[in-house]
Amino acid sequence: MSQAFDIDFGSHRQSKIVGIDLGTTNSLVAFMDLTGPRIIPGADGENLVPSVVSCLENGDFAVGHPALRLLIDRPERTVYSVKRLLGKGLEDVSQELKFFPFRIAPESDHIIRLDLGARRMTPPEISAQVLAELKRNAEAFLGQSVTQAVITVPAYFNDAQRQATKDAGRLAGLEVLRLVNEPTAASLAYGLDKRTNGVIAVYDFGGGTFDISILRLHDGIFEVLATNGDTHLGGDDIDNRLMAIALEDIAAEWGEDISRNGEAVQLLRRAVIAAKEHLSFVPAATIDLDYRGRKYQREITRALFERLIQDIVERTLGPCRQAIADSRIPVEEIDEVVMVGGSTRIPAIRSAVQTLFRAQPHTGINPDEVVALGAAVQAGILSGDVAGKLLLDVTPLSLGIETMGGVVSRLIHRNSTIPASATETFTTAVDGQRNVLIHVLQGERELVKDCRSLARFDLTGIDPLPAGAARIEVRFLIDANGILSVSATDVRTGKEQTVEVKPSYGLTEEQVEAMIRESFEKAEEDFRERQLREARLEADAILAATEKARAHDAWLDLSGEERAAVQDAVNHLLLSYHGDDYLLIRAKLDNLNQATMKLAETMMNTAFRSALRGTKI
Amino acid sequence: MDYFQLFGLERRLSIDASQLQKTFYELSREHHPDRFSLKPPQEQARAQQTSAFLNDAYRVLRDPIARAEFVLKQEGFDIGEQRTKDVPPELLEEVFELNMALEELRHGEENVRRQLEEALGKFLAMNRQIDAEIESLFPRWDDSRDRDVLLRIRGVLNRRRYVQNLIGEVEKELARAGQAAI
Repeated sequence: MSQAFDIDFGSHRQSKIVGIDLGTTNSLVAFMDLTGPRIIPGADGENLVPSVVSCLENGDFAVGHPALRLLIDRPERTVYSVKRLLGKGLEDVSQELKFFPFRIAPESDHIIRLDLGARRMTPPEISAQVLAELKRNAEAFLGQSVTQAVITVPAYFNDAQRQATKDAGRLAGLEVLRLVNEPTAASLAYGLDKRTNGVIAVYDFGGGTFDISILRLHDGIFEVLATNGDTHLGGDDIDNRLMAIALEDIAAEWGEDISRNGEAVQLLRRAVIAAKEHLSFVPAATIDLDYRGRKYQREITRALFERLIQDIVERTLGPCRQAIADSRIPVEEIDEVVMVGGSTRIPAIRSAVQTLFRAQPHTGINPDEVVALGAAVQAGILSGDVAGKLLLDVTPLSLGIETMGGVVSRLIHRNSTIPASATETFTTAVDGQRNVLIHVLQGERELVKDCRSLARFDLTGIDPLPAGAARIEVRFLIDANGILSVSATDVRTGKEQTVEVKPSYGLTEEQVEAMIRESFEKAEEDFRERQLREARLEADAILAATEKARAHDAWLDLSGEERAAVQDAVNHLLLSYHGDDYLLIRAKLDNLNQATMKLAETMMNTAFRSALRGTKI
Repeated sequence: MDYFQLFGLERRLSIDASQLQKTFYELSREHHPDRFSLKPPQEQARAQQTSAFLNDAYRVLRDPIARAEFVLKQEGFDIGEQRTKDVPPELLEEVFELNMALEELRHGEENVRRQLEEALGKFLAMNRQIDAEIESLFPRWDDSRDRDVLLRIRGVLNRRRYVQNLIGEVEKELARAGQAAI
């Protein structure tokens, strides 16, 4: 009988997989509702969480809107646009860092470390703070813990940038079930109700990155035919153009270069962004700065603005042409261009896209939210909630290995559908050689020096044989997240070979694990502190009660021995009180509770008796 | 496993592209890692492998040139690139002139640009012609299984590879000269 009621409620309450758009400027989290994808607002009711993290004096963090406000007051320990640093080495971003107010810590060779006063942090750790905030928002909104996510990345992100995003997720306590390319995610949200068949292009121009993808939609299949882009091109660059003009003006008008003044620069940046956004709707706007009573105003006409950004707009068209060519689809057959990302509100960009694709750009969707909504759809696909839809994405960059003379031999071509794999057989060059080092690169150029070094794989433990006798078959696999893994077998013995990975940029597996351990330890520390505080509060209460009881008649009813036991227990509790061992305090609390049991009973009885007497009267 | 078997096809050089796409989509729905993301790690890993194999197969089979090369390999032909350095005799004179023009361009002679662009157009046309020639040979092997046909295809493929290298070379030099001019 009891069998019939043996229902495991746990397995039916499946926890939600959320979709996250981890943007350069803003981030969002969404989930799949019964009706479709929905954005989850934060406690402040806002959908957008600014991707800004500020490190406070005590080592805690402010994230999102509160951090945005700190950008003015404490610019040197408040980080924005950290996505541009993900998966990068110091030499990649030296140009860029001129516009950032924060300091680079020493030992920033394989990964950048930012010096934020109380802490030194890598870009994945900073991104993890943004993700953790989104996780908290989702948990508060859904009323359940959230541990799994789909996170979007620019389509043109390389392996290191993808790995860094995945690391950030793990550091935030999220299992990243899938990295989805942003334009592809947008197409999922768009294709959900707008179109089921045809060829579309997604033009995604966000705060820091530009992507173009061309997809074939066929009865629920979203097949990416080609993708291209520039991970270093976005609205930030447009802002910087206006900043340069304003800084020059101010230097002339005020007789002072404010470019090293973090607070003034941030205020100016805000003014510049306001003017830029305004210009999408009116023919002229004013950059309006008021810094400690000093004023600067400059009118920018749309014509001037368009001249200023002309080359930036032009730079997005090259990747578009390449993607069209790679898709092998004549441009006339592209039915629609879907516009994604805040920068696509700029009229000059819309008209350039329209001219190139000879199609009216589709601007009917909220360009800030569509990527997160698409990520939620993908989360629904993974959980099985969304049936019949499937994304077939591609790797944006060719993958190759270094060969003789610093030349790259290509193994997997760009725009190959992922997962994609390639096999290559290696052998030894000298007698008795025990390991082979394979240098893997990403990029379209012929020479090693022009491609992006991805990692070095060390095949170790090869049986010592004459040169050329060993045959090691190495399998390169780019998984559905666009991340490479390498495995190797000894062809002669069929034995799996050990491969040691040395990533060229980013955190090693060990570093990520150490960081996760540290955050656990930190969480444990927080837990201990809370326990300690609670134990002391309880001790306060029982000590006060004991003190009060001593004035009661019942105290006199106790034997001398019993009174001594209570006093002893009080002394022990007081001794443990100022230590940091909450378990000890709890033990002493229990002792005192035991010792005062009789006292409490007697007091109860006295109270009871007097109460009874009371009723009789 | 053979790519053709995976798609339930017999080994043929001609393929119905729309049927191939349909089968690819069906197999993808079944094997894509998305279907396994909440399954145990071993099953996930297997899905990545199966799916990678499926994608590799589709990439080869849908492209006539890659498909022809695959069939040649399966039929035991060596299709190494060792012969690409030999100039096909009918191109000898042209390649000689082209190399001179390329050399002049490298030395900043902008007036050879026209000549190179013309040559590029010619090679592109030649490439298209070669592609048509290869595809016209497909049904002949499919029907006869005559190894001489494959031998001919291999010859045309080698010529194609040579022409492709020329196109790449000219495009690269033109782009480089264009960059330098700016």
